[in-house]
Amino acid sequence: MTPGTLLQQITDYANRANPYPLYAELRKTPVARQDDGSYLVGGYYEISSLLHDPRISSDQRNLVARDGGGLQAEEEAGLPPSMIRTDPPEHDRLRRMAMRPFGPPHTPRRVHEMGGELHRIVSGLIDGFQGKDHVDIVDDFSYPFPVTVICRLLGVPREDESRFHVWADAMVGAADPSPSADLQERQRAGTRARTELGRYLAGLAEEHRRSPGDDLLSALATDHGPDGQMSMVELASTSVLLLIAGHETTVNLITNGMLTLLRYPEHLERLVKEPEVAVPMVEELLRYEPPVHLALPRVALADIEVKGTVIPRGSTVWLGLASANRDPRRFDDPDRFDPDRRDNQHLSFLGGIHNCFGSPLARLEAQIALTELARRLANPRLVEDPPPYRPNPLLRGPRHLAVAFDGVQG
Amino acid sequence: MCDRVVTVWLEGQGLRMRIVVDLNRCQGYAQCAFLAPDVFEMHGEEALLYDPAFTEAHREQVRRAAAACPVQAILVEADEARVTPVGA
Amino acid sequence: MAVSVGEVVQAFRRDGRIVVVGASLAGLRAAEALRTGGFSGSLTLVGDEPDLPYDRPPLSKQVLLGRARADATTLPQRNSVNAQWRLGTAATGLDLAAKRLRLADGEEIDYDRLLIATGVRARPWFNAAEAALDGVFTVRTSEDAARLERRLSARPSRVLVVGAGFTGSEIASACRERGLEVTVAERGAAPLVGALGGVVGAVAADLQRQHGVDLRTGVMVTALEGDSGGRLERAHLSDGTSLDVEVAVIALGATRNTEWLAGSGLAAGPRGIACDAGCRAFDVQGIVTDDVFVAGDVARSPHPLFGYQFLSLEHWGNAVEQAGVAAHNMINVGPDRRAHLWVPTFWSSQFGVNIKSVGVPNMGDEIVITQGSLAERRFVAVYGFQGRIVAAVTFDQAKWLDFYREQIEVRAPFPPDYATVDRQPGGMRPVPAGFQDPSLPSHGATVTLTGHDPNERRVQFTPARA
Ligand SMILES: Cc1cc2nc3c(=O)[nH]c(=O)nc-3n(C[C@H](O)[C@H](O)[C@H](O)COP(=O)(O)OP(=O)(O)OC[C@H]3O[C@@H](n4cnc5c(N)ncnc54)[C@H](O)[C@@H]3O)c2cc1C
Ligand code: HEM
Ligand code: SF4
Repeated sequence: MTPGTLLQQITDYANRANPYPLYAELRKTPVARQDDGSYLVGGYYEISSLLHDPRISSDQRNLVARDGGGLQAEEEAGLPPSMIRTDPPEHDRLRRMAMRPFGPPHTPRRVHEMGGELHRIVSGLIDGFQGKDHVDIVDDFSYPFPVTVICRLLGVPREDESRFHVWADAMVGAADPSPSADLQERQRAGTRARTELGRYLAGLAEEHRRSPGDDLLSALATDHGPDGQMSMVELASTSVLLLIAGHETTVNLITNGMLTLLRYPEHLERLVKEPEVAVPMVEELLRYEPPVHLALPRVALADIEVKGTVIPRGSTVWLGLASANRDPRRFDDPDRFDPDRRDNQHLSFLGGIHNCFGSPLARLEAQIALTELARRLANPRLVEDPPPYRPNPLLRGPRHLAVAFDGVQG
Repeated sequence: MCDRVVTVWLEGQGLRMRIVVDLNRCQGYAQCAFLAPDVFEMHGEEALLYDPAFTEAHREQVRRAAAACPVQAILVEADEARVTPVGA
Repeated sequence: MAVSVGEVVQAFRRDGRIVVVGASLAGLRAAEALRTGGFSGSLTLVGDEPDLPYDRPPLSKQVLLGRARADATTLPQRNSVNAQWRLGTAATGLDLAAKRLRLADGEEIDYDRLLIATGVRARPWFNAAEAALDGVFTVRTSEDAARLERRLSARPSRVLVVGAGFTGSEIASACRERGLEVTVAERGAAPLVGALGGVVGAVAADLQRQHGVDLRTGVMVTALEGDSGGRLERAHLSDGTSLDVEVAVIALGATRNTEWLAGSGLAAGPRGIACDAGCRAFDVQGIVTDDVFVAGDVARSPHPLFGYQFLSLEHWGNAVEQAGVAAHNMINVGPDRRAHLWVPTFWSSQFGVNIKSVGVPNMGDEIVITQGSLAERRFVAVYGFQGRIVAAVTFDQAKWLDFYREQIEVRAPFPPDYATVDRQPGGMRPVPAGFQDPSLPSHGATVTLTGHDPNERRVQFTPARA
């Protein structure tokens, strides 16, 4: 196996169910130049140092050679990049403005106070399992839960799910770098979907501006903070990001969590007996089966030397978060799922300035979801292992997870 | 002397538990301030203020916060680690 | 019969006697590390304060803001430290030859190895009668902070802070946040100028003024004046003006707690106790001892990355790291010993801004703003000396600091010649850092640091690069 094709193999759908041997291979070459000229990094220390490296840009406009001129034109006609695809000072300003209604220092209690509501949504979904002997954990639980949460948070009507679902799928499809024949078409469709979704959310924000509620769209549309007010396009691109990032990742965490607990039933039993173990267990799940396997591609703004390899200016850099989380130089016995692991500084929410904006919410969601599933499902078991996976190699998780059980407890 | 210390300490601290944050490690990710807002507070965008002694009522919050800190900067005293000073 | 080194170490770990003087941050962390490192012999902690080890940084921040109690900053313990605690008892003398410590209550304790972690105390106001006035404070202990907090709660009409270093600036910040009128008098040209230089000091000055501090730089307080009842009522400044104040906080730095070692034969004096990079104290002849160790604010030790200069670092992180190294070396010998190679790091928070530093800024003679902008008070400032990066300071940009620490460790060239995100116009050119009296080391360092794990941290000699 040559290290130059690792990215291609990682993105190859055939390896989706178990990419971990590829990561072990990758870690033999801390910085692996790929045949397409990009650089793939899989070591924990190398990634964590690049996350704090100001010579690394998240802004694709810094790529030296950009293919697909048509794509570029189309992209620029649509929404400008959101915070996740921009650098400071733009990034910091957008993030500060988006944070004002969501978290500290301006709104410190919001996520904490969502606990009760999260519980109610979870309970409602599990109540719906009554009278069944099996469900699809993805379609019946771990997808609808975060979607409901992010809709309420943003102020998006839950009934519109079928509309934005199509756009979200197209966007997730476009974020799949697998070099298939339809890559350009997928990317074009993704850009169009993003623009459509942005238009839809901007329309909603406009309505909320007239009669604001206690939701983020209302706040973003009416807020005047120290950084001023978000422009309509900024508001659109930010809310698109929040909507997508708010559920396409969490669905994987909850599903991967259930899958792992059913593979290691002793931990499932432990969660029933000691619900407080949910806190370290979710951290270990994040490390062990991270919902995001590769960070979005970065661009080197200068020649960067990492462990003797120079990443030339203008190159694309891929950071293998899932590989870093299994790096034996950093974690003892990394392939073991161990909720009692004390030293668990995983990179699943990244680190540095683009660290996940929604991680406190995601953590609470997963803690509550898994605790309740463990408590209420009688004798749950996997129907199919491994389950079928979603195509996307970045946002890796099962597409379906069939689970059979003997009943639902109150 | 030390008897007095022990008594004063127990009265003063009661059932309080202690934390210290290594603010050299802390990079202001605010996870703690999200998850345990009664104990941790962001002072501006990045500076963290916290109450080094918290009570049983906030134990769960603090556990969540400490586990979530991306740089593992929060040290919560393990209950069994409580010292009882002994001395002459 | 030949006894191997390993057996001697094992015997010492089992039956040895270790005494730690100074039961604060460094003392506690060392005691924990001794126990986790396998030391099961007798361990005694001697501290002159009556309290269990407590944390000081909150004293000028949360505590003065009234958001944490002064008597409740007790440090959590990492593991249970099974030790004899002699709290409220000062050590008063040391007999090196007899390996014996003398305590204030007349008792003597024998040791096999001693760790000195007696820290520093606030430098008092130079005039003892004025210092005794009601309304004159310093802040070093929890008792100090409790007294000052009580007085601030009584809403004095004006607080004078003497000295605009970190502690003074933090105190001024807390007072402003409580809505109190504050005057800060600083001898230098700007706050923080001694530690961070004039360029960053100017930003700190703006920050203070914008928050309503009456900042007076380039002046000294010459006298404090009380009323007939012994209450502070006025302060006189070197520019001839005077101010009506009810409270004066003296924040003029610290004095090392080494008097108790006078005549002991250790190299202990007003600048601290000199030790090697392995934390072993030097005696007055400059010969290193092997049974007396030093850690924390009281220590002065050479740093390989900074020209082997002896650094005195009054920083929280240094106390923690050095205590760990000292403890390790007290129970190991030979090649198992470690050097204190930690790159100096500290933080301060004031006026809602998180200030962080890595390296040794006041060794730098030039500065360049590599990210962000001074005007917005969000920036990374990089300090250079002889073509190398020696320090970086951030205002609300802490997430980048690790990168610059690595740059310091590999002795990256200054000025940085690469593109970064957030590089703003005007941030390109190095300018003088603005230290009044830069302390220049005699030779450029020729080493780099490698390794992530403390066990594999090594100094690597590299030929001096042009
Ligand atoms: C108000 C304040 C704010 C601070 N803020 C920050 C900050 O934001 N960031 C930062 O990095 N650092 C900060 N520091 C510095 C940090 O607290 C110190 O670096 C740290 O406390 C050093 O620990 P130490 O154990 O070496 O010394 P100390 O904490 O000074 O402890 C020494 C102990 O030894 C005792 N002692 C002295 N002589 C004797 C004797 N003869 N016998 C017995 N015991 C003795 C002392 O009473 C004391 O208890 C701050 C300090 C203060 C006072
Ligand atoms: C388990 C669930 C989640 C995981 C694993 C996750 C992971 C990540 C990762 C790895 C990034 C960095 C992406 C990059 O720069 O390459 C990120 C960024 C982001 N996430 Fe999440 N996320 C989760 C849930 C959420 C939720 C619930 C929200 C919204 C409420 C959210 C909002 C965001 C935003 C806005 C960013 C961009 C931050 C920035 O660029 O500054 N995420 N997330
Ligand atoms: S979560 Fe950790 S890094 Fe973030 S503010 Fe809290 S202590 Fe600091």
